[in-house]
Amino acid sequence: MTIENAQKDIIDNFLFFDDWTQKYEYIIELSKDLESMNKELKSEDNLIKGCQSKVWLHAELVDGKINFLADSEAIITKGIISILLNIFNNRTPNEILSSNMDFIEKIGLKEHLSPNRANGLSSMYKQIKFYAIAFSKT
Amino acid sequence: MNLSFDVDSIRQDFPILSKKIHNKPLVYFDNAATSQTPVCVIDCIKDYYEKYNSNIHRGVHSLSDEATNAYENARNKIKDHFNINESKEVIFTSGTTHSINIVSNGFSKILKREDEIIVSGLEHHSNIVPWQMMIKNNEAKLRVIPLKDNGELDMDEFKNILSNKTKIVFLNHVSNALGIINPIEEIIDISHKNGAIVLIDGAQSAAHFKIDLQKLDVDFFTASAHKLCGPTGVGFLYGKEELLSRLDPLMGGGEMISDVTFSKTTYADLPSKFEAGTPNISGVIAFGKAIDYLNEIGLDNIEQYEKSLLEYANSKLKEIDGLKIYGDTKNKTSLISFNIDGIHSYDIGSILDKFGIAVRTGQHCAQPIMDHFGIDGTVRASFSFINTIEEIDHFYESLIKVKSMLS
Repeated sequence: MTIENAQKDIIDNFLFFDDWTQKYEYIIELSKDLESMNKELKSEDNLIKGCQSKVWLHAELVDGKINFLADSEAIITKGIISILLNIFNNRTPNEILSSNMDFIEKIGLKEHLSPNRANGLSSMYKQIKFYAIAFSKT
Repeated sequence: MNLSFDVDSIRQDFPILSKKIHNKPLVYFDNAATSQTPVCVIDCIKDYYEKYNSNIHRGVHSLSDEATNAYENARNKIKDHFNINESKEVIFTSGTTHSINIVSNGFSKILKREDEIIVSGLEHHSNIVPWQMMIKNNEAKLRVIPLKDNGELDMDEFKNILSNKTKIVFLNHVSNALGIINPIEEIIDISHKNGAIVLIDGAQSAAHFKIDLQKLDVDFFTASAHKLCGPTGVGFLYGKEELLSRLDPLMGGGEMISDVTFSKTTYADLPSKFEAGTPNISGVIAFGKAIDYLNEIGLDNIEQYEKSLLEYANSKLKEIDGLKIYGDTKNKTSLISFNIDGIHSYDIGSILDKFGIAVRTGQHCAQPIMDHFGIDGTVRASFSFINTIEEIDHFYESLIKVKSMLS
């Protein structure tokens, strides 16, 4: 499935929800699906600094595809990360670089990307792209 | 409950309170970050631009006279409200950060390597950084009053670090992160006996109770309009005349000079020396109006009403299992900083927003305080006289729902 289609699927999933509580409950559920990240990987190097909640992102290139591991202290952020990694994990650097991320806005979670929230989520997407640039040169 | 306090009619003065957030009535519990603005202050700004917008202190025309009079009238209102000796001791600034920088910059050349500055461990980042910048120039030493376990300042330790090397003692009147009211009377007294001058940041205190600066005998004091029902980007610095006269200005420019040639400039007298450039004229005038508004309600009434809100909120929140309040001391303003076991403050704040409730979450720009408690951040609900018991009930019920969603 392409990155675009993966995002479309998520947008379709969220269409089922009538109100924000269902959406948030779903996001909280998704946070539990996120593959756990070793303590050692939650290092200063992998830390994406946001004023409010810490987010860690680690990436490795395996057989030409990028494997991401990520975590956050805040459960809502963690749930959104889980969606983010469903889309971007195990992709080639070129796939990531030629993609856009618009699902967060379309599922009505735009506020979590605002710089005001300082939750590291928007920086995380940037960081995913940086990794893709770095790995595309290796 | 103070029955003479008609909160319903006061709330009519604030247009923003009719706003809906996610289809719910706005419950504004972020008053410590910025107070809401009454319609008379909004009208005052509009009035300025519609009727007498003009540059001050320099025109010979009527409009400029009118604007200058209104601007200087606002200075007098600040002087009277805070019981300041002379209006020239009131310097209009862009806010407390600007004010603190005027003082730290002014003392930059006066202080020497062997001198010391004491700041409290309860400070906002904006109160730490200017002094760190200053001591880079003069190599003076920065010392910190540590906190006791409950978040209050350790006064014994303060007395220990205070010495004849101490030149400046600087602290906030009320902690922005915890709401604790610091014992500034005692600190000013002891500091003066040791020959140190004291600067008090009143950003978090001035909106909550009456402050008499002559009685306090403080050397410098600052507050921001936007926490006093006034507009953003305006504040004032009070300083004793003899001290202000000793300090070099932070900024050079028009208005602050008396004589300029290419070889030399002579600074203007107080307060102009510190007010370079065209100031925020409408903001200053509206700041004066906001002070009038607060006085119409009466700060004693505000203090009493807010105390009852705090007591009620404290007792309700303590009913919630796993909720821990930080800085839960006797002497504090109407602010509660808390966490709920196992739930991140960001998550609490995000979901409260969905209930229409505005709180602040995170470190509140006070990382050293968070480090003291070994936490990453808190949820901060700060109440003011525009809030109601019903809103606190809604807050309590929403927190119960947040807890069940997140744990």
